[in-house]
Amino acid sequence: MTLLLLLLPFAGCVIAACMPAYARNREAWFAAFIALCGLLLTLSLYPEVSSGIVIKHELAWLPMFDLNLVLRMDGLAWLFSVLIQGICLLVVLYARYYMSPKDPVPRFFAFLLAFMGAMQGVVISGNLIQLVMFWELTSLTSFLLIGYWHHRADARRGARMAFTVTSIGGLCLLAGVLLLGYIAGSYDLDAVLASADIIRAHKAYLPALVLIALGALTKSAQFPFHFWLPHAMAAPTPVSAYLHSATMVKAGIFLLMRLWPVLAGTPEWTWIIGTAGVCTMLIGAYLAIFQHDLKGLLAYSTISHLGLITCLLGIGTPLAMVAAIFHTLNHAIFKASLFMAVGIIDHESGTRDMRKLSGLSRLMPYTATLAIVASAAMAGVPLLNGFLSKEMFFAEALQVGPSSNWWMSAAAVLMGVFGVAYSMRFISVFFGAKATELPKQPHEPPRWMRFPVELLVLCCLIVGVAPQLSIGVPLQTAAASVLGERLPDYNLAIWHGINAPLVMSILAFALGILLFKVLKYRFNLLQSAHIPMLYRFNGKQAYESSMLILASSAARLERLFSSRRLQSQLLLLVLAGLFASALMLQAMPDFNPVWSVEHFNLPFALLWLIGCTCAVCAAWQAKYHRLAALMLVGGTGIVTSLTFLWLSAPDLALTQLMVETVTTVLLLLGLRWLPSRISARKMNLVASSRDKLRRSRDLVIAIIAGSVMFVISYFVLLHPANFTISNFFLDNAVPGGGGTNVVNVLLVDFRNFDTLGEITVLSIVALTVYALLRRFRPAPESIGIPAQQANQVDPASRQTPAQQANSGYLLIPGIYLRLLLPVIGISAAYFFMRGHNLPGGGFIAGLVFAVGMIIQYMLAGTVWIESRLKLNPHRWIAVGIGLACFTGLGSLAFGYPFLTTHTAHLTLPVLGELHLPSAFIFDLGVFAVVVGTTMLILVALAHQSVRSHRVPGAPVDNNATTSREIR
Amino acid sequence: MELTIALSIGVLFGSGIWLILRPRSFQVITGLLLLSYAVNLFIFITGRLSVNKPPLIVQGEVVDPSLYADPLPQALVLTAIVIGFATTALYLVVLLGSRGLTGTDHVDGKERDSEE
Repeated sequence: MTLLLLLLPFAGCVIAACMPAYARNREAWFAAFIALCGLLLTLSLYPEVSSGIVIKHELAWLPMFDLNLVLRMDGLAWLFSVLIQGICLLVVLYARYYMSPKDPVPRFFAFLLAFMGAMQGVVISGNLIQLVMFWELTSLTSFLLIGYWHHRADARRGARMAFTVTSIGGLCLLAGVLLLGYIAGSYDLDAVLASADIIRAHKAYLPALVLIALGALTKSAQFPFHFWLPHAMAAPTPVSAYLHSATMVKAGIFLLMRLWPVLAGTPEWTWIIGTAGVCTMLIGAYLAIFQHDLKGLLAYSTISHLGLITCLLGIGTPLAMVAAIFHTLNHAIFKASLFMAVGIIDHESGTRDMRKLSGLSRLMPYTATLAIVASAAMAGVPLLNGFLSKEMFFAEALQVGPSSNWWMSAAAVLMGVFGVAYSMRFISVFFGAKATELPKQPHEPPRWMRFPVELLVLCCLIVGVAPQLSIGVPLQTAAASVLGERLPDYNLAIWHGINAPLVMSILAFALGILLFKVLKYRFNLLQSAHIPMLYRFNGKQAYESSMLILASSAARLERLFSSRRLQSQLLLLVLAGLFASALMLQAMPDFNPVWSVEHFNLPFALLWLIGCTCAVCAAWQAKYHRLAALMLVGGTGIVTSLTFLWLSAPDLALTQLMVETVTTVLLLLGLRWLPSRISARKMNLVASSRDKLRRSRDLVIAIIAGSVMFVISYFVLLHPANFTISNFFLDNAVPGGGGTNVVNVLLVDFRNFDTLGEITVLSIVALTVYALLRRFRPAPESIGIPAQQANQVDPASRQTPAQQANSGYLLIPGIYLRLLLPVIGISAAYFFMRGHNLPGGGFIAGLVFAVGMIIQYMLAGTVWIESRLKLNPHRWIAVGIGLACFTGLGSLAFGYPFLTTHTAHLTLPVLGELHLPSAFIFDLGVFAVVVGTTMLILVALAHQSVRSHRVPGAPVDNNATTSREIR
Repeated sequence: MELTIALSIGVLFGSGIWLILRPRSFQVITGLLLLSYAVNLFIFITGRLSVNKPPLIVQGEVVDPSLYADPLPQALVLTAIVIGFATTALYLVVLLGSRGLTGTDHVDGKERDSEE
């Protein structure tokens, strides 16, 4: 039931979003239907909830991390649910008339329903993490709702501000909730509530409290975060009526109530929550008096009333809690009706400016009466609901501290005075001379637009006249669900006799009316644009400047640490790496280098003498002698390959050898397009001192980096081997994978998902290379035959590749290699077939085969080969990936997870028993991909030499060379 | 043997770092090749050095892990070598394209004021 309650709005949101834009009636009826269903569902839970049962519904999600979807409905959640669903229903009805036909209503109703679902999720969450998730969802959906008219700059700014403030609060809340869950040992709400004493005594209590308070106070627009709420008034009025009366801002209040049994009752709680509440209620009420916009006045009044509720929660007595819940309810009712009334005035007269509006009671008497009654409830006039909860607040304020402590009572009365004054200000638009210069001639709104207001005002009256009868039981249930056994005795009645709270009320009324008259007649309140005393106090300014500081410091940081130049970026990267390894070296426990010579092996040392010499010489020569550097790097590669062979890694040795070959060919093909470089000595250039400095710096960094790498490697080697998971692979290679070559079994069986990913990456890279080369534009000076090839003695250097192919160029080696191709093919097949049990496998076989093909290309030439052999590397890649995926999916057919392997043994007539694991087909896919990618990359690059290149600006010469593209 | 291989990794790494800090794109690609040797060797030696113990199980016997080299770093390095080839190819094509479009082989696509 509760799950349905939660899912209904979100399902409705999706459906509403799909409705056509013009379907205003259908949309509204649909949204109203959803809200009505929700309301009826909630009401149907009442018998259970009122008997004190906590309805709990749990869906296991990650039970081992204590993360489950828990829906929990108790008295408090029930009361909030009724508010959320009920006011949503009224708002939908109201919005049907308020929204103009030009507005895209599907978006509006979809957002509204999503917001309702998020709010519903907050109040019925039984898990703290889940609560925070829905909390963030309310921030997000309210952002969308406030920014609904996104063509307006103020709506965009208001939405952004609300979102920034509330989502920062949401982050704090998440941190706080994590702390709370850590202390309590569980994120389940019941578990947390049960460990209240442990939490209050824990040393992490204060940080958790501060973080949660930050979350709640930002959401409920409490001082000093109150500034976002008035700017959120740029939203359509139905949104304001919904968000700022019953829902969004009440989420913070709800959270404080929910966690009240856990967090309240300490001096810290009273100081943080109470102080914020008192400041907010006074500042909000004071600023409300000086607003000229009707909605602005209501916004500040909302802030003030939220402050009042927060203040009650901060006082922390059980009776204050009852008063807080009661006032939450009352405020939602009268504030929603007031927002809607303001919307009607705005809709019918075209303005909300109190300086222009006056005498509306004669133009729209019915609406005026409703609004006056609602604002009387806001001011706390007897016989209306606002009066009752305000009396309770006054009574609680009197109880604060010792009897000599009168400041809380004074603050309460002052709030009352301001409240009366701004309510007077609000109703002043209905009196006086009839306004003449209005954008529209005001008249009564349509019957059903007024209906929600009527209903809500009726509620104000009923609660105000017969509180115990109308609201007594639900209120008691809600309070009991928070307070438990501490529920105090109280009496909801209009008349308690002449007591201190009543005197305070009368005082507030008298002073409030006086204040309003004084301000109106002495200080020209109605026209003044100036807010006395607090005008400098501008939260919006602080917000904007902090945003500005944030942006400008980000820009400054970027200027400091960012560069468009690759060298500086790489330098920073290397330095950061060195810094990190310095930290690591520091953390290493007692490192005593032992210069052991017992394992010294002279041939191995000589081998690496060659390897290191090659590397250093390559580094030295890479600038002016690219070909030499390439050969030297190849030398290092061969030494690396030999090392793998020496150190018991035959698979690696083979792979490294083949990749070395392919890489060298690749770079050789690329060298042709690089500019010629004449050494500085030949050019008689002298390096500047700056260059010398930079080189010395880089040399020092390189030497340090090398030394660090040496130290780390040596340190690793001095420590005994640590077989963590390797033993598993060794033990299970034969029984589990059916192969004796553990490396190959690892690749195609144990970790074949990784391999699948890897061959996919290979294919993507190859296709990217191909795509990049299709648009390749070489520099004009490298289009002709390179100087090294232009040989006067050799007639072939004057021929085009096509002519070369037909005139027997390099014929004899070409024929030899053609004869060699089947041999290489057989070797590849051999390496492939034995791969599961002996060194070999798809990678190695693929590379061997690709090398065989490349040699053919090198000697016979592209043109000759391609006129005889269609290789279609794209298809090889497609077939390879297809085979690998197909093998993986095959296991699904037998009910095993993706990529499970199976080994079969076949006995064939000639070949004998054949070892045939399904990993074999997977390996075949790997083989095909490796052949395809290698061929695609190299052939695409090789083709650049035979295709015609257009020199920018030069006429196209069709006869220059044959233009071919591989298909 | 340990000292030799550790020193060699250091030398290869240092040469690679020197090269990737150079301004010419070919120097950088050479540097990346040397760096990949160094890093592959480093990953490889985390399985420690073992001579004449290839990870090829002798069938029918109880597996004694001390008789075999650690297969895990080998499998990781094998894929790293192949991926290294692919990224080298990609970088080469990008550098060729950049050279064609900008007319220079400087890594930033334009010569600096003071030519190194």
